[in-house]
Amino acid sequence: MKDWKVLLVDDEKEFVMTLAERLGMRGIKVTTAFSGEEALGTMETYKPDVMILDLMMPGMSGLVVLGRVKRLYPEVEVILLTGTGSASEGVTGMDQGAFDYLTKPLQIDELINKIGMAVKKASSAD
Amino acid sequence: MRSLKDIISRLMEIPDEGTTPERYRIVRRNIAILMLIITLFPLALITAINYLDYQTALRNETLAPMRALVNKAKYSFELFLTERLSTLNFISSAYTYDELTDEKNLNRIFRILRREFEGFVDLDLIDSYGNQVSYAGPYYFQGNNYAGQGWFEQLKVNGIYISDVFRGYQRFPNVAIAVQHVPEDGREWIVRATINIDKFDNLITSMNLDPESDAFLINRQGMLQTKSKFYGDVLDQPALVPPKSFEPVVVEQRDSLGRDVFLAYSYLNSTDFIFVLVKPRPWVMKSWYASRADLLIIFLMGLVAIFVVVLRLTDITMKRVKESDDKRLLAMREMEHSHKLSSIGRLAAGVAHEVNNPLAIVNEKAGLIKDLIEYKADFPDKEKFLNLVEAIIQTVDRCRVITHRLLGFARRTDVEIQVLDVNEVIKETLGFLEKEALYRNIAIKLNLDNNLPRTSSDKGQLQQVFLNLFNNAFAAIENGGTVYITTFERDEKMLGVTVEDTGQGMSEETLKHIFEPFFTTKKAGYGTGLGLSITNGIIKRLGGEISVQSKLGEGTKFKIYIPKETQQHMGHFK
Repeated sequence: MKDWKVLLVDDEKEFVMTLAERLGMRGIKVTTAFSGEEALGTMETYKPDVMILDLMMPGMSGLVVLGRVKRLYPEVEVILLTGTGSASEGVTGMDQGAFDYLTKPLQIDELINKIGMAVKKASSAD
Repeated sequence: MRSLKDIISRLMEIPDEGTTPERYRIVRRNIAILMLIITLFPLALITAINYLDYQTALRNETLAPMRALVNKAKYSFELFLTERLSTLNFISSAYTYDELTDEKNLNRIFRILRREFEGFVDLDLIDSYGNQVSYAGPYYFQGNNYAGQGWFEQLKVNGIYISDVFRGYQRFPNVAIAVQHVPEDGREWIVRATINIDKFDNLITSMNLDPESDAFLINRQGMLQTKSKFYGDVLDQPALVPPKSFEPVVVEQRDSLGRDVFLAYSYLNSTDFIFVLVKPRPWVMKSWYASRADLLIIFLMGLVAIFVVVLRLTDITMKRVKESDDKRLLAMREMEHSHKLSSIGRLAAGVAHEVNNPLAIVNEKAGLIKDLIEYKADFPDKEKFLNLVEAIIQTVDRCRVITHRLLGFARRTDVEIQVLDVNEVIKETLGFLEKEALYRNIAIKLNLDNNLPRTSSDKGQLQQVFLNLFNNAFAAIENGGTVYITTFERDEKMLGVTVEDTGQGMSEETLKHIFEPFFTTKKAGYGTGLGLSITNGIIKRLGGEISVQSKLGEGTKFKIYIPKETQQHMGHFK
């Protein structure tokens, strides 16, 4: 778990901060962003292994951010979060290069598990 | 009084609102009446015209021969009498008074006369004073004086005389005829003869009348001058005297025997005789009655045929109209229903989505608390805190299941074909009914084929189908009943699902209508009567089949078949 670098992007600050703290407690290096624009800005200086990206955000939507990220930084794996429980958005995201998707509310163990698999894939691609 | 126009416009008026039985009854009645009027009116008119025309034509056709016959007979009689009058004229002109006075001479003339002409019975010479001068015939000479008798005076005026019939020699019916001769020297005399008119009977017989008819002569007092078949013998009084006409005339009247008859007659010239031909009306009109019967039968048959056809046609038309009305109404209701569903769906999705985010925060906060407690060294009540926070996390999870289900429901209104596991869809749908089953102690026995191949179909539509069937099953059973759900592979094309309940079942009559729109056995206001109709519609659109078996008191079994591959275009029906 050491040295996993995660960028957590969601407009719900409380959600982001709390989840970041929980992941941090598990030894994961978490950076946060509260919008798609902010996340892309952060990415210019900071390259995470995995990006956890909410699909429903005001402003730039999750899918747009995903597109940008995959074009600019194809080595970064993206795990999508959906709030609607609809598989179709998640599937669309996966078609556009996302690693996987999870539905909110999350189960922390499942998330850690997915991050691990994404990191493994990212490092094997190196 | 209402005018015909009012009545017709009232018939044309068709109430166009609503689908009440009353409306269909009125429309049906109006159409039937209008059609009957426009078909029956010309038929009746034509029949009536035909009837009258035919009656007139036939009458003329039957009456003309009667007139002809009368005319012919009239001339025969007139000829007979004229001939004999001419003969007497000849005798009176050819012989002198003195020659005729001699009985020998008169007898000789009389013999020749009898040889040449039928019917002469005797012959007299009478002087201008009415004295019988000489006589030839079967009687003895009596020297009668006729002066002052009616016939004698008439003769003096007219120059000729023909008597009525009387019983003469040997009781034969005779007629007396006489002519007056006026010579240049002014001493006139009269030749008189008696004629046996048996010949008249021969003339009538030779007319070959049908057995129902009768012909005879009467005088102007209505006394029979010849024998009649029905009205008596010579000199009887048969009937009233018809009005004077020397041309043949036919009149209708009731005879002395009470029969309706056609009376053809004509007055004979220069005598008091009237020739009468009588035919009973029914006999004459026999062929008319037959034709009339034919006409009436054809008319009645036409009437019946028109009635049957019009009523059948109206029935069929109204059935079609009702069907199309129902279809339209169903489409409207279905649209309404699906609009309602999709609004509910959108609302549910909105709520679920809005609730999901706070729920995620609660989840993470509780998770963090749990993490913090776990990482801390033991402190008083640590265990209790852990349990509490775990309970929060569990509750959030329950909420998550609920929101996801709501979101799933919302998607049911979107049409999309996807690869799915029918067993999963069934289980998911049953999720909506778990609580009800629990409260009502309903057992759900699943017998799902684990090797059921995946199928491409519309999940939302299938969910609605299953939900309808499960709801119906639940509604049909008492608390503590059982619902059996089975899935199986029917063949390489179709999957089968049966939903069977141990409920009250349905009657044959209910079964017949079960898939019809708006048919419901529920109390008014409790059911739309659309559930199974929509279910049926969905299954048909997905390319499947649905059937039902039921027995009153034993339960109901729905069986549906779903194609393994549903074509995308089949799924579109908005």
